[in-house]
This record gives sequence, C-alpha cells and structure tokens, in this order.
Amino acid sequence: MRARSIRGAGATATAAAIAVAASACSAPGDGGSDAKDSAVVGIAYEPETLSPLLGYGKDGNSKIFDGLLTHDADMKLKPALAAELPEVADDGTTYTYKLRKGVKFSDGKPFSAKDVVFTYETILDKKTNNASKTELDAVKSVEAKGDDTVVFHLKYPYAPFAERTVLPIAPEHVAGKQDVNTGTFTTKPVGTGPYKLVKWSKGEKLTFKANPDYWGGAPKVKNFTMAIIKDDDIRATRLDAGELDGAILPPNLAKKYKKDSGKNTYAAKTFDYRVVTLPTGNKVTGDTDIRRALDTGVDRKAMVDSILYGEGKEAYGPVPTDSPWFTKGTEREFDAAKAKKILDDAGWKPGKDGIREKDGVQAKFPLWYLSGDKLRQDHALAYASDAKKLGIKVEVQSGTWEVIEPRMPKDAVLAGGGSPADPDFDQYTLLKSSLAGDGFNNMAHYDNPKVDKALEDARKSGDHAKRQAAYDTIQRELVKNPGYTFLTHIDHLYVVDKKFGDLSTQVEPHDHGLASGPWWNVEDWQPKK
Amino acid sequence: MARLVARRALFAVPVLLLVTFGVFAIAAASPFDPVKAYAGTAGLTASQENLDQLRANLGVDRPLTARWWDWLTSALTGDFGDSSTLRQPVADAIGERIGWSVLLAATAFVVAILLGTALGVLAARRPGGWLDRAVTSLAYTLEAAPPFWLGLLAVWFFALKLGVLPSGGLTDTASSTVTAGQVASHLVLPAGVLAISQLPWFVLYVRQGVGDALGDDPVRGARARGLAERTVLLGHALRSGMLPVLTLIGSRVPELITGALLVETVFSWPGIAAATVQAATSVDFPLLAALTALATVAVLLGNLVADLLYGLADPRVGFDG
Repeated sequence: MRARSIRGAGATATAAAIAVAASACSAPGDGGSDAKDSAVVGIAYEPETLSPLLGYGKDGNSKIFDGLLTHDADMKLKPALAAELPEVADDGTTYTYKLRKGVKFSDGKPFSAKDVVFTYETILDKKTNNASKTELDAVKSVEAKGDDTVVFHLKYPYAPFAERTVLPIAPEHVAGKQDVNTGTFTTKPVGTGPYKLVKWSKGEKLTFKANPDYWGGAPKVKNFTMAIIKDDDIRATRLDAGELDGAILPPNLAKKYKKDSGKNTYAAKTFDYRVVTLPTGNKVTGDTDIRRALDTGVDRKAMVDSILYGEGKEAYGPVPTDSPWFTKGTEREFDAAKAKKILDDAGWKPGKDGIREKDGVQAKFPLWYLSGDKLRQDHALAYASDAKKLGIKVEVQSGTWEVIEPRMPKDAVLAGGGSPADPDFDQYTLLKSSLAGDGFNNMAHYDNPKVDKALEDARKSGDHAKRQAAYDTIQRELVKNPGYTFLTHIDHLYVVDKKFGDLSTQVEPHDHGLASGPWWNVEDWQPKK
Repeated sequence: MARLVARRALFAVPVLLLVTFGVFAIAAASPFDPVKAYAGTAGLTASQENLDQLRANLGVDRPLTARWWDWLTSALTGDFGDSSTLRQPVADAIGERIGWSVLLAATAFVVAILLGTALGVLAARRPGGWLDRAVTSLAYTLEAAPPFWLGLLAVWFFALKLGVLPSGGLTDTASSTVTAGQVASHLVLPAGVLAISQLPWFVLYVRQGVGDALGDDPVRGARARGLAERTVLLGHALRSGMLPVLTLIGSRVPELITGALLVETVFSWPGIAAATVQAATSVDFPLLAALTALATVAVLLGNLVADLLYGLADPRVGFDG
C-alpha cells in the first residue's frame, strides 16, 4: 500500500513538473504567418545583448533602432533620426545635428534630443560595461539644445566622427529606469526602427514584426525572423529543408546553390582582411628586408583561389583594392625570385636545412592563429609554405587569445579585422606607434614616424583631398616598410530565395553583425506576389 | 524513508558547498579571461583603459574566496547574481531555459526507460536467439555512436530526405508564438535522439537482469508450478530483474545532462545547453556556479530517487541501510 501510494505520488509529481515546464514557457497568441510577407534567415552569431548602450548595433543598421545617421547601399552617410547631415564647426570639434520631427519610439512615446544625450552619456559612463566605448574617445560632451537639436563637442578635430553617430538611440524613459548592464532592456529593447522585437528565444531565434508607424514607411515584409544556427552544415541543411528563406554560408557550402533556380547567391564585398603581424620586437620579423621579402614572396592569388574558392581578393593593406581610398600602384606582384634577391642582397644567406641566417640569427619565427578557426589555419599554413620556399621558417601554432596575447610583442599572429565606414577606423589603431601593445591595437608594434604623422593629418582634416593624400602616404610607406603581411579580403556569401527579388548587399566589416547580408535593408524589400 | 531523504538532504549541503567552490577555483585557474570574453570582438579594438575599466566593473579581479562567499551568501537569499555573458540576472537566464531542457530530458528519459525495458525483456526471453542478437548488437553500436552524430543523421533522414519532421528549433522558424502542437512536433527528433543515445544501457541492463532472474530458483519454481509464461516473465523475472536498472536510472542522470547539451546544440533547442557552454568558456562565475549547483542537485536527486525506487521494489532493502 505504501509503495503504491508513493509510486502514484511520484508519477503525479513528474507529470506536474512537465506540465508546469511546458506552460511556463508557452506564450499565447496567433500561429504562423503568411509566407508572402514573412522572411526567415539563418545567421551564425547571436548577439549578447540588444541594448545599444552595451554596444549592440554600434556600426549602424540595427532593425530595432535608428542612429542619428545611417548608411546607404554604397556606405555613404545619410540622415536617419537626424533631419540632415551634421553641421561641422570650430575646426571640426563641434558637430550639430537637427533632429527629425514627429518620430516615435515603438511604445508610442516621442523621441527627442534628451534620448540622444542619454544614449551617448550612458555609453561614456565608466560604470557602463560597453567594450566599444573607445570608439567615442573624441567626445568631450553632448548637449541638447531644445527638443530637436543635439550638439557634440569633441576634444580634438576628428574628421570621421559623423561615422560614429550611426549608433542606435535608446529611449531614456525605458532604459534610464533600470540597471544599464543587466536590466530587461538588454533583452526586450524598444526603439524607433522599422521592426519591433516580438521575442528573443536565446539560442534559437529572434523574431521581429514590422513597425506600422515607422517614420520611414511601414515595411512590406511584415514578419522577419533570424534563426540562430551556429553550425554551417546544419544551416545549409535547414535551408534545403525549406525552413529558411536565406542564410549565410561558407564558400564550400554556398557553391552548390549557384545553379539552384529558386535561389540567388550573393557575395558581399568586405573590408574583412586576414593579415600576418610582423612584430618589431622580434629580430627576424622586425627586419625590414625580411618583411619586404615576405610581402613580395607570398602568393596571395593562390590563397584566394584555393582557400576562398575565388570568393575574395588579394589584400595589400587594410584598404581593399576596389575601395576609392586604395592607392593604385601599391599592389605587390607575387615574385619569389625578387623576394630571394632582397634576402640575398641583405645578407640573409642560406644556412643548414636551407634556412637563411644573418649575424648568427636564423630566419625563423612562430606564427599563431586562433585555434578552431579553419580559415585562419589555412591562411597560416599557406603563408608558412610560401615563406619556406624563400628560406624563412615559419612555425605555425594554434592557441586561444589568452595564450596568444602575451606573445604578441615577439611572435607573429594571423589576425583579422576590417571596418569599411572610414579608413581611420582600421588604420589608426593598426599602425599608430603610441597604441603599440594597447589591448589588441597595433599588434605588430609598428613604429613609423611618417605613418604616425599621416594618420594624425588624416583624422584632423575635414578635406577629402588632404585625407586621400595622407592615406596614399601611408599605403606607400607600407610598401617600403611593411609591418604586416596583408593576405586577403574575404567575401561573405549569402543564399536567398528568389521570391524576394534581386537584393543588394553593403560593403561589410570583419564582424558578422546581425544586419550584415542581403537583409541589411529588409525593410525595403518588395516580395513578389 | 523520511530519514533517508533527510540524511541525503543534509549530505547535499557540504557537497554543494564543495562543488560550487570547486567551480570558482577551477574557473579562476583557467586561462580564459572573463573580460575578453565579455568584450567579445569589441575587445579586439578596445583600449587597455577600457578593458581595465571593464575588469573593475565586473569585479573579476577580487580573490576567489571573496567572490565565492559573496555569491553563496546572496544565493542563499535567492539572488543568484548577474550573468556577465548574457547581460541579465542568472535567475532570469536559467528560468527562461530550464523548462525546455527539463521537458527534453524528461521525455527522452521516459522513452529510453520504457523502450529499453521492452527491448531488454524481449531479448532476455530467448538468450542467443535472433532477436537477442539483433537487439544486443544494436545496443552496442548505439553505445559507441555520439549523440551529436546521431542528431545530424536524424536531421538528414527525417527532415531532409523524408521531410516529415522539423529539423530544429522549438517551433516553426517563422512562427513567433509557442503552441503545444508545434512544440510536440519539434520535440520528436531531439528527444528521440537523446532517448536513443541513452537506450543501450537500459536494454543491456534489463536483458542481463531479466536473463539472470529467469534462471533463479523462484522463477524456475513458478514455471514448474505451471504459471503462464507472461506472468512468470513480467511478474517474477522483470520485477527482480529491474533492480539493477533502478540504480542505473540514478547514475544515468549526469550522462543525460551532457547528452542534452550536445542534442540541444544540434537542434537549436533553446535549453540551458548553450548558456552552459558559454558560461564555461567565458568564465561567467555566477551563471556557471548556479548551473553546476543545479546539475549537482539533479544528480543527487537522481540517486535518491533510484534508492527510493530500489527500496520500494525490493522489500529486503531497508531505507536506512
């Protein structure tokens, strides 16, 4: 009797637990949506937070929020929450924005200048755990003049500052009332953007609904879902199974959709580079002749063809060859014979095992890459194999950033980066000597006074011709004394169902943000009926 | 029986203290940097000053005993702290996910026990027969197959080739609401895979237990008295043959948890799996400690339940023994 009653109690408890678990998580509401006005895309990364105050959407183009400015398809700045592009005064230290009138947050409350001030001041607050706040270093203060004007005062003239004002604006009346680092706003955001967040099921998907009152007009695609699928193969499988309308895919998996009549493949041009750092602190990599020999002696074309399946291009600096900022004539043609001659002339003589030597120093150095990153591994191995043909021994090793970071001043690293908005963003932090070893800035400890001066000139001047001249100087200096061997710029590949028509992509950064890919302007899509 | 439960509950206290302290100690000794993990890609362009400020804000430079003590004392008041990786309170993070993990694991466990028992009994009836050999070799094969691989295989076959079941997620990808019907159809594959991965142990244990019991004197006696085969098998042999299985139930809990982690990843199941992995690699102390404490409680409860069931099934075993 005792046994039976206990068994019964156990079963009831189990059933109750399951029922509670199921009901606690289910939400009421309607079912699925009409296929014509809904889009489902598969992405590989999930954001940690949806709060712009913690860094979400800082490069613009968040679906839930708007910045003061935003980018068009060609990455040119255009007004968003601002009514027009900013007025720059006081030698480039004052930026004044007139705000668009009648804009409302998706909860119906009006947007005003105080929300802008709140957003920037909160990000700059020391207590806010925003890892990207360095990007706003130039800001001295933000000031609201009435409800519809915001003035930024900068510490120094900073030409690319307007590019930083694409970051999303948070509503003070919601975000200002809670803990900025862990409050509910980080998962349940409210913004002025074209879409409203319906639900963020972490690890599974983000679902959005069109904001019918969007100041830019209600989007045609009413329901938009981003499914988070980390594994590339599973993403491709779910695309095949018809559960996704589009997805980001690596080159080897994207290949097979080229012939698929129901789907379009898009290769987004990027600033996403892969580079080998050649630290000054190492006798071998710090030697200019070794650097120059590697610069001409590595076969970038072969890397693009074999590692990227042709979906990318050779890189000679952080600026891609098809960017208007690229300095023509700084391409380095692959020439192993010329590279060997540079080494011979410099006195690096072949020693035992074919490794060159000079003054008792062997031409060898370690090259680290982030373990688990197949693309970086492939680049590192190709680099080492090319270097070996020149008589330079590159010892490829893998590790986590924790292992790699302390070694960065002396060991080479296969790194990646790229930020298309302004040439200053990549180059200043990569090349400025005063930033050597500051976090992950200037990993190679590059130190070239001419480059330092050009970097300062370029960021201070608001004049396009002067900036171009400064960046030309930098790119030419990098030919004479390369502190890095830039290898490739990588295309990001997307496959999307044809029912959405012909789509476009923006030039993309290194980071695969949520807004990258053909859905960067999903609010403008015109699905075929 | 109440004494057994009370004693185990008392025993759980030092175990939990030890385990959570262990988590803090191991995490503190790990080479991962919580600040880097928190900053993510932004950390790669952040200045040292910015990173130092983050370190101070997150409080990760304090001695490990102090951090553990703070976590423990506030946990006792019901405040489990804030998860640094998920940017939300730990209680919210776990609360949002645990239900789905429990649903997945419980369904899989029940299926594995029922199916395992049925197959085990069938195999034990004719040791060495074709059914026995088929079931046993299948069990050994499954024992060696990793759940991750089984998951991919199931997606390929049921979702892609046959197109009968959804390949992932909790609900249809386009749907923004959660309905019982959708959850049920999305639960089939992940729970099935997890159940299959747990199945071999139950099959083999039941087969062995029932097989042994069939050769025991009481069963032979029952047969000799002319009782129906069905009664002998289910009434006598299964009852004593199930005893080792009851112990197994408790000991399978840890494996079930790790299996669920892999299965949730394959099927984008919004359980605690991703959070656990993230917490570990990001040295997210509060979340990691809470999840580990939770897993420990699950294992201890599993063992307790196994012992209680054992006592109920076999009257010779006293609860205080």
